[in-house]
Amino acid sequence: MEGSRAGRVGVTLPAPDVPASEGVPAALLRRELRLPELSQLDVVRHFTRLSQLNWSIDTHMYPLGSCTMKLNPKVNDAIAAMPGFAEVHPMQPAEDVQGALAVMYGLQCDLAEITGMAEASLAPLAGAQGELAGVLVIKAYLESIGEKRTTILVPDSAHGTNPATASMAGYDVVAVKPQPDGDMDLDALRAALEEHGPTVAALMITLPSTLGLFDRNIVRIAEMVHAHGAQMYGDGANLNAMLGQVKPGDLGFDVMHINLHKTFSQPHGGGGPGAGPIVVKEHLAPFLPSPHVIALTPRPSRPQGERGSTDGGAGAEQYELVDPPRSIGRLGAFQGNFGVVLRAHAYIRSLGAHGLRAISEAAVLNANYIQARLRGAYDLGHDRTCMHEVLFSGRRQKAQGAKTLDIAKRMIDYGYHPPTIYFPLVVDEALMIEPTESETKETLDAFCEAMLQIAHEAETQPELLREAPHTAPIRRLDEATAARQPILRW
Amino acid sequence: MTTEAAAAHERATLTDTHPYIPLTDDDRAAMLAAIGAASTDALFDDIPARYRHPELRLADPLSELELLDEMRALGAKNRTAGDYACFLGAGAYRHFRPSLVDPLVMRGEFLTSYTPYQPEVSQGTLQTIFEFQSLVCELTGMDVANAGMYDGASALAEACLMACAVTGRRRIAISERVHPNWLAVVQGYAHGRDIAVDVQPHSEFALTDEHACLAVAQPDFFGRVSLDAASWGEAAHAAGALYVVAAEPISLGVYRPPSEYGADIVVAEGQSLGVPLSFGGPYVGLFACRDQYIRQMPGRIVGQTKDIDGRTGYVLTLQTREQHIRRERATSNICTSEQLIALSTVIYLAALGPRGLRRVAELCYEKAHYAADRIDALAGYSVERDEPFFHEFVVRTPKPPAEINRALLARGIIGGLDVSDLLHNRMLVCVTEMNSRSEIDALVEALGAGRE
Repeated sequence: MEGSRAGRVGVTLPAPDVPASEGVPAALLRRELRLPELSQLDVVRHFTRLSQLNWSIDTHMYPLGSCTMKLNPKVNDAIAAMPGFAEVHPMQPAEDVQGALAVMYGLQCDLAEITGMAEASLAPLAGAQGELAGVLVIKAYLESIGEKRTTILVPDSAHGTNPATASMAGYDVVAVKPQPDGDMDLDALRAALEEHGPTVAALMITLPSTLGLFDRNIVRIAEMVHAHGAQMYGDGANLNAMLGQVKPGDLGFDVMHINLHKTFSQPHGGGGPGAGPIVVKEHLAPFLPSPHVIALTPRPSRPQGERGSTDGGAGAEQYELVDPPRSIGRLGAFQGNFGVVLRAHAYIRSLGAHGLRAISEAAVLNANYIQARLRGAYDLGHDRTCMHEVLFSGRRQKAQGAKTLDIAKRMIDYGYHPPTIYFPLVVDEALMIEPTESETKETLDAFCEAMLQIAHEAETQPELLREAPHTAPIRRLDEATAARQPILRW
Repeated sequence: MTTEAAAAHERATLTDTHPYIPLTDDDRAAMLAAIGAASTDALFDDIPARYRHPELRLADPLSELELLDEMRALGAKNRTAGDYACFLGAGAYRHFRPSLVDPLVMRGEFLTSYTPYQPEVSQGTLQTIFEFQSLVCELTGMDVANAGMYDGASALAEACLMACAVTGRRRIAISERVHPNWLAVVQGYAHGRDIAVDVQPHSEFALTDEHACLAVAQPDFFGRVSLDAASWGEAAHAAGALYVVAAEPISLGVYRPPSEYGADIVVAEGQSLGVPLSFGGPYVGLFACRDQYIRQMPGRIVGQTKDIDGRTGYVLTLQTREQHIRRERATSNICTSEQLIALSTVIYLAALGPRGLRRVAELCYEKAHYAADRIDALAGYSVERDEPFFHEFVVRTPKPPAEINRALLARGIIGGLDVSDLLHNRMLVCVTEMNSRSEIDALVEALGAGRE
């Protein structure tokens, strides 16, 4: 680390206040420890300077498709830092951690309510681990009814984690193609189901799809999958578009994972931590991961059928951590990413049913507004109403001499984080824009103006795009050499 | 839903304002006109009508002030390691967190940035990952490290799966003295891939040419640091298996690194390096291995390179191992590096330096041994010390530890972990630099008083 000089320290520590022991046995003793030696100001300046090389939601619009880069409310961070939560040890007995368990129970209930499912588990530590948990739950359920199935169907347009997860859970992956309007090709699905028939364990599907579209055949798809004795797995990456509009459970999904770092505002932190709770229908609940929070005493004041955390979990119930009867087991050392759970709980408490519905409305309105403003300048992936994200193709600009990568890099010069590019794989030169509900119309307009200007530049001076960015702290990096001759540490 | 109800629903939601949703009614009208849609509701027409507008039974929303009050009240229902003297460890450790860690980690530019797929605007995150990898290598003595895993337990599970991929074998040998929760995670991951797990008695490892690895913890779940770790590695290698070691990072301030006793893959829970307990997460798993296995390693990796002007910079690299490129043939489905937590550990280690980390480890060691000596001298109690230990040790108690812990709590002390399910009437006690001598003396006194 730059500035390191032998003898400098960044923090003081106390001297021992107990008599000296014989010390660590010589055979176990460490001989050398090479860590940076920095003054306190060195440390503060180093990390402050590095932070300033980053873009973030706090500094820039981040229209990153499939990532839901929305406002990360500061109050949620303040709550996660409260000593009443931050200083709770994960191995304390349940009676000593009732406040923490109340928060977890409340979020379990709220997530099940929002998605129309029976139960939720907060154990998965990330979206991809939620996927793994969900698929293992399906596997355990099918085994419990004496079915050994070996295949999972995954659309071509899926996130890479879907096939990787299916494979981690020991399944073979069969891809299913979409039809030109973006919905799943029912004939292809029927053919896949018929070909692999009794071996199909599940269809893993994202709704709205990774093309930013609500699949109009979703109910029919669920019926077909169920008719073959398979389960419907929902990738909840795009749940932001459905909040309060429709419940995936009503549409036929059996299990779904939710990314708290997308829909429920957990900051992305430059790549984690997130959390990937799963929600399931009744028949899958016995197989949920361990541990699971239950309320030992029912809530007497609650109307029949009431399930949401109407008192924010502050009621007089007693909570306990239990292992579901036929649990797939543990996913991590403790009970999930509690700090992330806290933030999601606080977010839902801040918005209520009304607010969550307003989120999906604004997110979808914003994406369609961008689609309307840019459709003349960029080709659309699919010309129909989009949900919370809009998929363009840079194929016109590519023909003019500027690839989608060049468009993305040029956006940096205009002060906008590049969108998701070259994903989904099924659309040529894909450029996926998700504005989220957090941006003002003024920001959306300025963004659209920049995109129109870039389209004009692609037509008139494509080299400007090819050499972009021109204003970032660093220019395009040599990724080929980085992979060929890796330098991975000091 | 009827048209009238839909209209009422639309009015109700569109006229509200909320700090998280800035569109005004005028904005919405202008945007709908640009789109050519009659209403926002019409944008959702692809959803089958009979499933639209479901009832959402959630509590009424709170203002920020009310929310803070409610959450503070809930937090007050927890007994915390801050309000009590805490002697609980068992995989999550309370250590001093220098004041500079939080303000730096919580800078919005770190906190609210995305995975650094666009290196030109993510050099801060990328360089801190490179520093994290370097520090993990220094601590463990290994050649290469990744950007971080979910936690220590899942890192161990991934290490075992990686050993299967490297050796082409489908059987894991693991010590019974690995943290029971970690063991459960390994079993869950292995079951998914139909890989067998042999939990083997400590120090009597029986390896065959079917085993992909031997996995051990050092210190083990009971806090013991074995002198035999090198011979276990030799046994693993003799069977053609990899040697996987789960280490504890603070202990590496004074103990020799696993590379010196033959480890091929080293994992650890990073929480003790400046990360709050936070009821078990978010934490970060450390993952390091020998050079030759790098292409089987799971997780993100950052490499140093140059930009077109010759300036040094950092990029995500070796991505062909990862799920977004390799899909079902990826080394893992992992899609995070717990980056913000990894960053906390980098800042922590940068602030402490070699002398600070050694001091923390020594304080833990000395205080734990002082506590063990005093407890061992108490009538009715004894400390198991047939093997060296670091900062946790097993106490044999005169009556069930749960009863003793209740009595301790009444005196303002969170006692050790009740491990009676594994060993009859035993308690696992942890002492760190956070426990003053007077706290330790109070624990000893309370244990003595709670004997009868």
